[in-house]
Amino acid sequence: MAQNTTVPTAGHDEHHHENTVVFGFWVYLMTDCIIFGSLFATFAVLRNQFNGGPTPHELFEFGGLGLETALLLLSSITYGFGMIAAHKTQISSVIMWLGVTFLLGLGFVGLEVREFAHMIADGAGPDRSAFLSAFFTLVSTHGLHVTCGLIWIVTLMVQLMGTTEIPERMMNKLTCLSLFWHFLDIVWICVFTYVYLASMI
Amino acid sequence: MSNPNTSSSGESHGSVSSYLIGFVLAVILTVLSFGVVMSHSLAPTGTLAVLSVLALVQVLVHLHYFLHMGGGSEARWNNIAFVFTVAFVSILIVGTVFVMANTSMNMMSR
Repeated sequence: MAQNTTVPTAGHDEHHHENTVVFGFWVYLMTDCIIFGSLFATFAVLRNQFNGGPTPHELFEFGGLGLETALLLLSSITYGFGMIAAHKTQISSVIMWLGVTFLLGLGFVGLEVREFAHMIADGAGPDRSAFLSAFFTLVSTHGLHVTCGLIWIVTLMVQLMGTTEIPERMMNKLTCLSLFWHFLDIVWICVFTYVYLASMI
Repeated sequence: MSNPNTSSSGESHGSVSSYLIGFVLAVILTVLSFGVVMSHSLAPTGTLAVLSVLALVQVLVHLHYFLHMGGGSEARWNNIAFVFTVAFVSILIVGTVFVMANTSMNMMSR
């Protein structure tokens, strides 16, 4: 960053503040990446420690997993359309796309909670085996992040209502949430590949 | 070519077509991942290798088309932080798996 201030490029210096805010949020996402890395490492170590309990083949099913993945992937692109509308200052369109993203995210969290409830009701809760402890910690940490993202989406929708322009501060919030939301989709790629699919081979 | 996807702030924010390209690629890669597991057409180690490659490519697709990571002087510090994180997480995961596999072998718990 210090390098950039000494080499001002045309039209960039007056927006330096914005870049710093988004960069700061990016650094937060990198630390979040390390949290997920630790949880993936834990899961990798404990994935075969069933303690006589249920195995992934008995617990996981392709249908629900595919639906969750589809919802999250769709929500990524709808948020992207929202960002495009935001750059064109089409506020009603931004609110509409944020709403669609919210519903898709809510569907994802709903499916996940339902899956967890079924597992716990069947005696496959986080206290059953080391594998299930690691599974619930990793997947619910991701679910919790998505839930925070949903609250953030609603907050921005409310703040956008009734406004006629998008000031720089608002644009920063939308950009940070965009990074957060797409980041969660990337974490989900790793979850469905290594936690679910790799256990169902 | 002057890049129409770059705003005055230097933040690249994509276009409808770039999001759609990324989305279609992501769908294809996801379907392939599910397909290779559901079809049982490969040996377990082969399936795992294919899954890993597909996941890696899909992560790269998301980074490029959705997070708009790329070159350019504005993105340099973002990229440095990202490379550091990838290196850190790789050491963390590979190291953990390696050490714990050795531990369980020496403790004869496997």
